[in-house]
Amino acid sequence: MSALKQQLAAGSVCMRVADLTVVLADSGEAIVKGISFELKAGQIFALVGESGSGKSVTSLAAMRLLPDALKISSGSVDVEGTDLFGLSEARMQEIRGRKVAMIFQNAMSALNPVQTAGAQVAETLKLHTPLRGAALRQRVVQLFTEVGIPDPEQRFGFFPHQLSGGQQQRVMIAMALACEPDVLIADEPTTALDVTIQLQVLNLIRELTRSRQLAVLLITHDMGVVKNTADEVAVMYRGELIERASVKQFFHNPQQAYSRKLIDALPDLGRFRAAAEEEPLLVLQDVKVHFPIRKGLLQRTVDYTRAVDGVSLAIGRGETFALVGESGSGKSTLGRAILNLEEIAGGEILIRGEAIQGIGRSAMLPYRKQIQVIFQNPFSSMNPRMTVGDIIAEGMISLGLALSEEARSTRIQELLERVQLGGEHARRYPHEFSGGQLQRIAIARALAVNPQLIICDEPTSALDVSIRAEVLELLAELQREFGVSYLFITHDLSIVPTLAHKVGVMQSGKLVEQGTAEQILTAPQHPYTQALLAAVPRLN
Amino acid sequence: MKPVILWSDALIYLLVISLAFFFYRLRKDPQTRERWAEVFSSRLGMVTFTVIAAYIMVALLDSLHFRRALENPEGVAVEQVFYDNKVTSVFDLLTGGMGDRFERTYSAPFALISFEKENLKDAAGEDIRDYPPLRHAGQHLQDPSQRGADILSKTVTALLWGLLLSALLIGPQWLLLRRSTYPWYASWLVQGSIICGGVWVVSLSRYYHILGTDLGGADVLYQSLKGIRTGVLLGTLATLIMLPIAVTLGVMAGYFKGWVDDVVQYLYTTLSSIPGILLIAASVLLFQVYIDLNPDFFAVGMEKADAKFIALCFILGVTSWSSLCRLIRAETLKISQLGYVQAAHAFGVSHTRILGRHVLPNVVHIILITFVLDFSALVLAEAVLSYIGVGVDPSMGSWGNMINGARSELSREPTIWWTLTGAFFFMFALVLAANLFSDLVRDAFDPRTSLQRSES
Repeated sequence: MSALKQQLAAGSVCMRVADLTVVLADSGEAIVKGISFELKAGQIFALVGESGSGKSVTSLAAMRLLPDALKISSGSVDVEGTDLFGLSEARMQEIRGRKVAMIFQNAMSALNPVQTAGAQVAETLKLHTPLRGAALRQRVVQLFTEVGIPDPEQRFGFFPHQLSGGQQQRVMIAMALACEPDVLIADEPTTALDVTIQLQVLNLIRELTRSRQLAVLLITHDMGVVKNTADEVAVMYRGELIERASVKQFFHNPQQAYSRKLIDALPDLGRFRAAAEEEPLLVLQDVKVHFPIRKGLLQRTVDYTRAVDGVSLAIGRGETFALVGESGSGKSTLGRAILNLEEIAGGEILIRGEAIQGIGRSAMLPYRKQIQVIFQNPFSSMNPRMTVGDIIAEGMISLGLALSEEARSTRIQELLERVQLGGEHARRYPHEFSGGQLQRIAIARALAVNPQLIICDEPTSALDVSIRAEVLELLAELQREFGVSYLFITHDLSIVPTLAHKVGVMQSGKLVEQGTAEQILTAPQHPYTQALLAAVPRLN
Repeated sequence: MKPVILWSDALIYLLVISLAFFFYRLRKDPQTRERWAEVFSSRLGMVTFTVIAAYIMVALLDSLHFRRALENPEGVAVEQVFYDNKVTSVFDLLTGGMGDRFERTYSAPFALISFEKENLKDAAGEDIRDYPPLRHAGQHLQDPSQRGADILSKTVTALLWGLLLSALLIGPQWLLLRRSTYPWYASWLVQGSIICGGVWVVSLSRYYHILGTDLGGADVLYQSLKGIRTGVLLGTLATLIMLPIAVTLGVMAGYFKGWVDDVVQYLYTTLSSIPGILLIAASVLLFQVYIDLNPDFFAVGMEKADAKFIALCFILGVTSWSSLCRLIRAETLKISQLGYVQAAHAFGVSHTRILGRHVLPNVVHIILITFVLDFSALVLAEAVLSYIGVGVDPSMGSWGNMINGARSELSREPTIWWTLTGAFFFMFALVLAANLFSDLVRDAFDPRTSLQRSES
């Protein structure tokens, strides 16, 4: 088998998708409209597009794994001379895994939590190969070594939850590679991972592509990923392939306006915002947030999880402070602590010199007007049973802005128009809006009480690239207009230069480095910051 | 005539009014309306709802009680009016005195003679042992052999009247709703059959016992119909007693966490570790003793039975809240971590307002689903409790009591099958309709099912 593999010359076509059209089964509406491309051995073909553009549907259709609601209406998928759409389901089952393998976005949910990682890979091998017993185990360990899982002998017996996110994704890749497929379909393989790990996994996929002469279909929405990994790129927009080019050509000379928009969303690490005025609005001094770990029958506290462990920083008026760190580094907890939603174990939080830590609910009320918040997931941050008008009005009412009914509704109209939505939207319900629109409403809600500081907790990470840019632009505009300060919590260093005056980098509850955006991004001191920065995709 | 308002009557009307108000309020929320529209746009939803509505209608009519004024005996002239000791309901009037025609003992459906032999005197005055003719059934017949033809002719006339009445009732609905997109015709079909069936039952029961009579000679069909009020009332009252306890405790435990959560959890784990039947039986017996020791509190026997019934509803409600409480606690735990609750905290919205505006509206779907699901479970629970003898007072018609009686009847030869059949049919129809309807409600309201639909 491996001898046969060697014969496959680099660049030969492994999978040819021709004129693929997928429609909704009941309405006949086309989701994917006549797409053609081919995957070549040893090359990564990136399919780029925003959510809903039909890129995942394309990959599922190629594997004949579409849900019942969708139907392939025309086209062919050709693997080594056989049309997959003409095969019986039993023959197709053989193709899946042996010829074409898939890896998914969320490795944690794709792995069975009650089976060990090794057993799951072995199961795939058992299905398709005659390997058994010690030889089988040997093969799995060998695969684990190949995908770079440290200490593979021991990891064989680990359960998925004992592995880190990156290792889980590696196990998924090992599983996909187990039967030596020719084609690998990777559907957003790194979206759920932190940047530094994302880079490692992408590098692994690239290495495997070269060493095994795989033909890879990489589905992603992230232009940075495309630039660093892919050989060829195709842009999908509303079910159609609007542009297709080699990566080099694509980034130098994109043909379509939409493609340009996608590329422009990539960070420009050359320009920075000048430092803002220095009058401090919010000062944190050695803030600590500890969560008790309770054990035993009486739930005694045996230890503490130090989510935030002594953070000091200062945010000036009209200034944006970007708090960068990976998931679990305590940055969101710090945001909640400033909002007094989390109890502080130590330190001081000062707003214009007044300490607000540990004061009661009612004593906190006057400060609530000054600090507001925007959350990551716009869909869960709005009560689905309230109209947009009521949602925006809620803060004004409970913080006693003493407005009459009419004044309030005019204010809501103004706010909605300010965030580029129509005033008539006030009577609608959240589910009628898209993610980007909802995030604008969330901004309007925060602005309603005229705050001086808005804590933005990953406000753009749930949004598509082009919409992300619009929301960030809106935030910057509002800052110029109202002089509001932002504490911008993000894991994405790439949006920092256009956004922030100052940057703080958090790792396991500690602020390991802080300074102006220029300092941090051009001359990072701490090794962790350097690692983060190295993982950021760049244009040049 | 003197109206009698039993506690359960007052409660059921209060309940219907508040439910109507609740649904009227819910109409304002477009999402809720959309979901209800989904329930009613299926034919099954329409049919089951009509069946349930018919049951509720009977229960409501059976809850308008009064006592007849007694005519003074001849020769006695007193100013004071005396009232009948027996409490009658509007429903009794509508059935045309179906329950007043007692026989001596068992008789089979449509029978003309009793089921048991008795000592009789024949024409010659000799003692013989034979089946005596019934007191009421078939009295109008000259010759017993005419029975078949008589039933047929009476059925045809009854059906004609039934169709006429259906036309009168459905006609206006048709005029109002013919342009509606909902499958009203399914509902009309059921309404028509129920009306025709009702007219047939009332007109034939004047001459025959359609489902025979039981040990005491009472009409079985009438008993089964009286069981409707008991079943429906028990289902709704017990659920409504259980709901506020479960919702309050569940929401508080999930929202405030900490020691509140601990207390609530200890409460419901303790409660669910005691065998339910045992607890209910003990409480019912305790209340029985109270009733027996205080006979002055109750003017008529019916009030005694009613008090016991209310107590039963109360006990069933108080002992069955733990599962719903657990569900609501879990959902509240989830919701209170969501962005909109956090945002409300950031706006300094008070706890009561957050609970009322953000948490409660978002657990309503669970409450609704549990309400319809538990309803049928409680109707069945009544049957079980009456079966072991701690259920509804025997003077109050209930399916459980009928099934309890059927225990000995089924072991006879020839078998007396009609009591069980009557109770079984009416209970089965209600529980089936309620279950099918609750399935539809759950499909429409459960966010998880709607999620699956949108994903596929």
